[in-house]
Amino acid sequence: MQTLSLAPWLVALPLIGAALLLLAGRRSDRWGHWLGVLASAATFVVGLVMLLDMLGTPAADRVAQHTVGTWLDAGGLHVDLGFQVDPLSLTFVMLVTFVGTLIHVYSVAYMSHDVDRRRFFAYLNLFVAAMLLLVLADSYLLLFVGWEGVGLASFLLIGFWDGKRENAVAGKKAFVMNRVGDMGLVAAMMLMFAGVGAVDFATVLGSTGSGAVAGAGLSEGTWTAIGLMLLLAACGKSAQLPLQAWLGDAMAGPTPVSALIHAATMVTAGVYLLVRSGPVLEAAPDAQLVVAIVGALTLLFGAIVGTAKDDIKKALAASTMSQIGYMMLAAGLGPIGYAFAIFHLLTHGFFKAGLFLGAGSVMHAMDDDVNMRRFGGLARLLPVTAITMGLGWLAILGVPPFSGFWSKDKIIEAAFVGEGWRPWVFGLAALLGAGITAYYMSRLFFMTFAGRRRWSTDRSDDEGRVERHPHESPLLMQWPMIILAVGSVALGGILAVGNRFVTWLEPVTGHVEHHEPILPVWLLMTLTLVLVLLGAALAFRQYAMAAVPTDAPAANVLVRAARADLHQDTVNEAVVMLPGQYLTRSLVYLDRTAVDGGWLGLAGAVGRLGALLRKTQNGYVRTYAATMLGGLGLVALVVAILAS
Amino acid sequence: MELTNYLGLAAVLFAVGAATVLLRRNAIVVFMGVELMLNATNLAFVTFARIHGDVTGQVLAFFVMVVAAAEVVVGLAIIVMIFRARRSASVDDVNLLQS
Repeated sequence: MQTLSLAPWLVALPLIGAALLLLAGRRSDRWGHWLGVLASAATFVVGLVMLLDMLGTPAADRVAQHTVGTWLDAGGLHVDLGFQVDPLSLTFVMLVTFVGTLIHVYSVAYMSHDVDRRRFFAYLNLFVAAMLLLVLADSYLLLFVGWEGVGLASFLLIGFWDGKRENAVAGKKAFVMNRVGDMGLVAAMMLMFAGVGAVDFATVLGSTGSGAVAGAGLSEGTWTAIGLMLLLAACGKSAQLPLQAWLGDAMAGPTPVSALIHAATMVTAGVYLLVRSGPVLEAAPDAQLVVAIVGALTLLFGAIVGTAKDDIKKALAASTMSQIGYMMLAAGLGPIGYAFAIFHLLTHGFFKAGLFLGAGSVMHAMDDDVNMRRFGGLARLLPVTAITMGLGWLAILGVPPFSGFWSKDKIIEAAFVGEGWRPWVFGLAALLGAGITAYYMSRLFFMTFAGRRRWSTDRSDDEGRVERHPHESPLLMQWPMIILAVGSVALGGILAVGNRFVTWLEPVTGHVEHHEPILPVWLLMTLTLVLVLLGAALAFRQYAMAAVPTDAPAANVLVRAARADLHQDTVNEAVVMLPGQYLTRSLVYLDRTAVDGGWLGLAGAVGRLGALLRKTQNGYVRTYAATMLGGLGLVALVVAILAS
Repeated sequence: MELTNYLGLAAVLFAVGAATVLLRRNAIVVFMGVELMLNATNLAFVTFARIHGDVTGQVLAFFVMVVAAAEVVVGLAIIVMIFRARRSASVDDVNLLQS
């Protein structure tokens, strides 16, 4: 590839944008947001040039590394500052820069009333730069730099409106929970360095399985440990069980941030890490199984939480958790799932970004209200938002021929491949998840756009409804939504024809022979569609036909649990936070009493001895003379005794 | 006459000198006590020189006299200075080091 040397610019351009905006300060307030858009768009153009170049390269030559120089050279550890350019990383580059640029454009209008808009764009650019570094790194260590950068940018953006305490707390929660996952990545790198002696992809992934580098044959147990640590890292970043609790609170950030976190950057990083580390998981079947189990559990967990949320953004957040669960499940299925995990990630990036931008548009119209129980009947007033969100809704439901159908259906199919209990458990979980997804997404759509108005344009409303004056968003917000909606409709179909996308990823994920699921494909497809229709119909009956109460009605214990995120915070507090606090408190107590007490006691004893000795120094010459005489007598006595 | 009587006299003189130093408050008198102790030592040195038939003791007595002369000069100067500054020659008044 001739354009290989452009790879560093993909990271540098948005980074320069962020640095300029942050260093120029208030002086760039008037034009800063356009600079941010320009940096992101320029990155997209560079990515597009590289993509076109790669499309013209034979498949065998598509995996390449571009080394800029030596980064670390310390004893046995040698790490290059290198970029991995292959179909997988370029797919991410295109997703991140394209969706990212659209979100930048949308934010220009969405944040137009915010005095800190320039700082917001600086952070957005930083976010894009960190994510691109993450996907382009050619070693785990460089990936880790991007990984941390993504964590930093998400912290800054989730807590962007940090004037309110709960927003700052949400940012901190995301940051701290991500740190737990980061420890997994650090531990995985330590294990790699101890076992293989390197942390770059080529060496580590090359030393797994049959094509092992001589002398680096690690035991399956070591690979399992590395795999589980990588999974922990992915769980933190991708909000998978048991590190999922930060995602819902992260909705405290401005809506474009939510779109960016959920569609392009941040949560997709975990899936990328696991797919990139595919050979490690294949060398450790146990870890691979755990990945699939985590994915299946999270996809159901997120779906169940989504059914009970009245906050439009939190319902979408639960949906992301569930959809990422699908991707993790696919990544845990082995080589047959990798391509579909990335495929679903790509289509999900489009429709979830579209849905979030739509939610932002609805909030824009409804004075930043997020409670869907006070929406209703908005379709006629917000036609563009309703149509674009409707297309995204059909895509996430997996209705043919929209994008989601091509990717999610393939994951369900792949989940049914195998022997023994696994295909049944994973397959049925994926199938059930599709049904619940249809229910909660339809619930969200109908509650917002269909049914009776649960708000009023009158100030004095006799039914006690809130006063709102909904209006369609400006064009700068509409166009990104329209483009994403087009992507939600067409992208899946275009890439799925003739297995185009799977073939495109083959240089990285390897060629996989077709496997037959344990149930016929036509049956699975019908079952999925029937479940999706059932879910949507149920939501239609409950939220479009019947009246929706403006206050959440009393409900049974299961619904209450789902409203409280299945008590994830309670569990975290009981299992981790409280024991941790007790441990630190007892350590502080031990420090105060035993350690401090010992030293302070010693100091006190010396002081008291000094006070005692001080009494002999009374300043009277005659006392000193008497002391000297006494001393002389003592010396004489000693001499006399020694002499005799 | 027994030479040991001189030693007894030296001991008595030393004791008188030491008692003067410890018990009297006037700096001049204390100083006289010090001189008495020095001379008691000189007497003891000379006596021992006589007993052992060795001149080392006598030489040492001369040394003590020289040092005592120097000490008197310095000591008296200090006492005069303190008296000028504080209008008192009592050793108990010179206790500023206490606090």
